[in-house]
Amino acid sequence: MSGCGAPQQTATLPANVDAGKEVVLTGKVLAAGEPVGGAFVRLLDATGEFTAEVVSSPEGDFRFFAAPGSWTVRALHRAGNGEATVTAEGPGLHELQVSVA
Amino acid sequence: MSRENVLVSAAWAEENLNTPGVVFVEVDEDTSAYDAGHIPGAVKIDWKQDLQDPVRRDFVDRDGFSKLLSERGIGNDDTVILYGGNNNWFAAYAYWYFKLYGHENVKLLDGGRKKWELDGRPLDKEEVNRPATQYQAKEPDTSIRAFRDEVVDAIGKKNLVDVRSPDEFVGKLLAPAHLPQEQAQRAGHIPSAINVPWSKAANEDGTFRSDDELREIYGEAGLDGSKPTIAYCRIGERSSHTWFVLRELLGHSDVKNYDGSWTEYGSLVGVPVEVGPGKEARA
Repeated sequence: MSGCGAPQQTATLPANVDAGKEVVLTGKVLAAGEPVGGAFVRLLDATGEFTAEVVSSPEGDFRFFAAPGSWTVRALHRAGNGEATVTAEGPGLHELQVSVA
Repeated sequence: MSRENVLVSAAWAEENLNTPGVVFVEVDEDTSAYDAGHIPGAVKIDWKQDLQDPVRRDFVDRDGFSKLLSERGIGNDDTVILYGGNNNWFAAYAYWYFKLYGHENVKLLDGGRKKWELDGRPLDKEEVNRPATQYQAKEPDTSIRAFRDEVVDAIGKKNLVDVRSPDEFVGKLLAPAHLPQEQAQRAGHIPSAINVPWSKAANEDGTFRSDDELREIYGEAGLDGSKPTIAYCRIGERSSHTWFVLRELLGHSDVKNYDGSWTEYGSLVGVPVEVGPGKEARA
């Protein structure tokens, strides 16, 4: 049984994940143009409901495994909050950046 | 039930880091967060290594729990303050687990690691060694733990609260969206369950919503306060969060957490499964 904790947040996919099947939303959290680690990054569905949350890596990376649809990624950090939206049509990597201020 | 009996604020916690008889415990699935910086003086419990039997899918037994707490330097009379990442999911699971084994004084740090970090409160990497104790766990209190047969019997009779995200509930996702979706079990939910995602009960910073807000959320969702309630999610930790809300904050008397949750139910042969949005609030 695997747990519910997030795998390590990295810019590259773990070896056991098939990007041909998974709808992957990935990107960086930025503050003043620089990546920020330790931000709480939440994935909200098209209705604004919470779906998942990860903590950005020291390089600012985050990653979600979602489904086709519209998603909002919202980041909370001591430096400020911010959000960005993305529409995923199907499997593959969907990249976005979230700036906090 | 009063909030002060079951929750502490980050401000209270910071003022009581050195109070005798108060032990801070960080609970996570991935303890690298603890190792990279923890609340000063806090010991760690690893959700998987420390709380799950290494062979069977079950908890460590009473002796195992006694041994674990003894090694961590936690006494039967200590006030244990639990906190962790993931919006306190695993800390809430540990709270329920401590209650299961009869620990009297246990509380959650409201907002967990997230609130603590967003507040900019201190974390350190000091190794924490507390003198060992002779902890004595009690017999497991199964009045707060639901097993699968009981869950199947509860369909259409008791409140079943599915606390996963709406997409997991309808069968669109098989796991929370920070995890890969390839899973063995069927997608969907237990028939007659209402979907109240755990996150409805929390503010963005991870703290719990007010009692009035919580009563409104579960009332609007159709939870019948006169009936017993079973909460479930995927592996039982998000539902511990909701179990905490219903029993410890709102004071419902008969609330169980089904730790088998969807990874067990969705793999059972022959049980009914419902997909789609489910029915609206049931009378």
